[in-house]
Amino acid sequence: MSKIMDFEKIERGARRTERVRNVIIYALLGLWALVVLFPFYWMILTSVKSYSAYNAEYIPQLFTLSPTLQNYADAFTAVPLARYFLNTLIFTVITTAVMMIVTVLAAYAFARLDFPGKNAAFVVFLSLMMIPNELVIITNFVTITNMDLRNTFLGLILPSITSVFYIYLLKENFAQVPDELYYAAKVDATSDMKYLRKVMIPICRPTLVTIAILKVIECWNSYVWPRLITDDPNYFLVSNGIQEIRENGFGRENIPAMMSAVVVISVPLILLFLIFHKKIMAGVARGGTKG
Amino acid sequence: MDNRSMKGWLYLLPAILFLGVFMVYPLIDVYIYSFEEGYNSASQTYYGVGTYNYSYVLHDPYFLQAVKNTLILVCITVPISTGLSLLISLGLSNIPRLRNLFQTVYFLPYVTNTLAVGLVFMILFRKTPYTDGLANLVINFFGGESIDFIDGPYWAKMLVLCLYTVWVVMPFKILVLTSALASVDETYYKAARVDGTSSTRIFWKLTLPLISPTMFYLIITGFIGAFKAYSDAVALFGTNLNAAEMNTIVGYVYDMLYGNSGGYPSYASAAAIILFAIVLTITCINLLVSKKHVHY
Amino acid sequence: MKIVLEHLTKVFPGRGKNAPDVIAVNDLTFEIPDGKLVGLLGPSGCGKSTVLNLVSGLLKASDGKVFFDDDDVTGIPAEYRGVGVVFQNYALYPHLTVEKNILFPMENFKGEKRLSKQAMLERAHQAAKLVQIDGLMDRKPAELSGGQQQRVAIARALVKQPRVLLMDEPLSNLDARLRLQTREEIRRIQRETKITTVFVTHDQEEAMSISDLIVVMKDGILQQLGKPQEVYDSPANLFVARFLGTPPINVFHGRVEGGKLLLDGQAVLKAKRVPDQDVYVAIRPEGFIPQKDGALQCGLKAVEVMGRDVSVVADHPAMEGEQIRAIIPSTTRVDDGAETIRFALHPEKVLLFSKSDETRISAALK
Repeated sequence: MSKIMDFEKIERGARRTERVRNVIIYALLGLWALVVLFPFYWMILTSVKSYSAYNAEYIPQLFTLSPTLQNYADAFTAVPLARYFLNTLIFTVITTAVMMIVTVLAAYAFARLDFPGKNAAFVVFLSLMMIPNELVIITNFVTITNMDLRNTFLGLILPSITSVFYIYLLKENFAQVPDELYYAAKVDATSDMKYLRKVMIPICRPTLVTIAILKVIECWNSYVWPRLITDDPNYFLVSNGIQEIRENGFGRENIPAMMSAVVVISVPLILLFLIFHKKIMAGVARGGTKG
Repeated sequence: MDNRSMKGWLYLLPAILFLGVFMVYPLIDVYIYSFEEGYNSASQTYYGVGTYNYSYVLHDPYFLQAVKNTLILVCITVPISTGLSLLISLGLSNIPRLRNLFQTVYFLPYVTNTLAVGLVFMILFRKTPYTDGLANLVINFFGGESIDFIDGPYWAKMLVLCLYTVWVVMPFKILVLTSALASVDETYYKAARVDGTSSTRIFWKLTLPLISPTMFYLIITGFIGAFKAYSDAVALFGTNLNAAEMNTIVGYVYDMLYGNSGGYPSYASAAAIILFAIVLTITCINLLVSKKHVHY
Repeated sequence: MKIVLEHLTKVFPGRGKNAPDVIAVNDLTFEIPDGKLVGLLGPSGCGKSTVLNLVSGLLKASDGKVFFDDDDVTGIPAEYRGVGVVFQNYALYPHLTVEKNILFPMENFKGEKRLSKQAMLERAHQAAKLVQIDGLMDRKPAELSGGQQQRVAIARALVKQPRVLLMDEPLSNLDARLRLQTREEIRRIQRETKITTVFVTHDQEEAMSISDLIVVMKDGILQQLGKPQEVYDSPANLFVARFLGTPPINVFHGRVEGGKLLLDGQAVLKAKRVPDQDVYVAIRPEGFIPQKDGALQCGLKAVEVMGRDVSVVADHPAMEGEQIRAIIPSTTRVDDGAETIRFALHPEKVLLFSKSDETRISAALK
């Protein structure tokens, strides 16, 4: 009899431990979610507070009862935010598009074509993955300066195009397409270019989309290279724009307007993320790092 | 060369051109720059060849400050972010519900602009005549004195920089660790459970060894990433990092390159190569240690 | 340790919206006597692995109870049940040596059960000796063959002296030759340790050859429990009859009328004390005796000589399925050029099943 009682105690104990454990885990996870989300909340909150209300708050308020969109209007009129936005869009679209073409061609060559020196070339490519950007950026700066390409889109875009990692990623994906398809296409006298366009690209579309999205994120957030190569606000990207706004725009203390600018430049990527979050996370888990 | 081999190289040509001009050539050139003494970027001439650039950089108080800052940043953020992300990933893999929601939320900082959110952190931590800021409000609540974390004492600025860096690097680490944990075969845990293994023992004896390759990958990339810290600091303290005593090695390189006085690519190159040497050394040490401790 | 299951039920919630719940184990009641080797047998998806997990405590029962002797362990989590489990993929910890793997369960002992380092090592080596892997203690699992890994897994399960040993498909990851050898090995180890052992398998031959008792399941429902030969000779229903035996039993549509068993209108056996009705007639392959004046005439399709036996492939108008297969001793001559062949039948190898619910009709056939 006493043994049965013991078993009951064990059962109750086990259930209690599990419940306590779950509460602790959820509390911890909830806390971290708060840490992650709070800056976003604060940024949106501040952006809808009026300038005078914000500056009157010696103790910051956690909510506002009279939201205003005036700051957003200011953000677009007082500083060339639309200009920065457009620049970034142009930069991102062209860089990503050209990169995709270069990457697809190179990956196809490595995965599908046979030519002397292929393996050696691939090893060289792989070893380039280890080269930090910081090391090559100095010469690139000098090169672009000497080519008189400072404050031009060409100067911004050219060095940002290559990405050895994406070539590698796509090559691996291309290599998974069965050889039989290629031979079948060859028998039907399909050219390589047509095979690439009609077979390879459709089959590997998910990877291509992932690569494109990762590159877009990288472009949208790039700061260092644009900062080096542009000092004319007409060519500023959003990152540089934010820095410029922080240091010279609005008068230093118009925090709400600053925050609405921050919201505006953050929204596109957050939207992109919300739509493609599965793809993005899977792509990054496969080996991306913070661009 | 026949037609087929021509075709292969033709497909590679764009990639080779871009990589050659913007990666291979600069890689060689940066070494040459670093040994050219007295390089003048206007006339593109130099006086001689030697190690003066290195010695200049190594004796530059700004560079030493940058090295000190970077080292502190690395030593604080890498262990904290790795440990914290492990804790969170463990929590994530142990809950029945809401896992996807939490994962998605945690990944959000990865896709946001470092400069933009850095500005929000600055506002949260800055003390101005108008307001002490939200962070100080919390400190006051617990009975502490207000501190200016942005223009105040060195340790306070370093604290915010570390906090922000951790916030920025966590998404990647959580993501990678959660997928590593998810790929551990469930039956190991079942086997351990039937044998009455306590959860702490399961963690130390099973989970940790089984994900040790991922842990070391994260630590290595974490070191490399932290050594290259720059935009986080700019976001918090502005572009004039030397004045704020918050410069990093990468920041020093860029400042040298694009100073008000027309730039010193030689000094920048020397500093970049010193950085590369440090990172390479640390990575090698990491790899050696991991050989000993990663079990398979 | 006796294991008793009482009305044991496990329901898994359906996946996706509006998906119906899945009843993996349905109102299972049976008893496994102490010290026996029991094979839990059924086609894949019949819920046999779920039963194993309910006994080990890795799954919680939706309803019903599990007893170890007189202790109700239904709500007790796996870690307190004191069971040893050998997993299908063995679940050997890849980063630990064989010795460390075997030591692992003992290192979890707490309080008075805690052993000295020396005692643990001793017991680990004893267990290793029992399964004959004592020469491999310093290897990692990846350096072992499948059979060796299997033995390590058994040693690890035994070393904590469990009250019950559970094995999930213990032989399915081994190649055919090793399988024969290993199942003898399991039999020997169980005999030596006398631990109540339950193993799950979908391979009836495996279960029949080494079990003291077999439990046949289908769709989460118990079909029959008994000694292998008993279950083979007198299956409770048509499913069990079909499931046991290779080649499988031959099934015909027949009729009992006026004390005679008719196949396609021809009387083949006398069936006393059976009411007139349509029946399934199931005949074991070894139940056919080639005879010139045999009652059952079949079309001869092929004769396959297999050394010890001869397999006769034939057909009959009343058969269910494509063909019938008879196994006869190779000493019996069969003319493989003939169009037809006549068989007499072993009455005890002929089973009748009800057409309505497929249960067995006990009949005195002659």
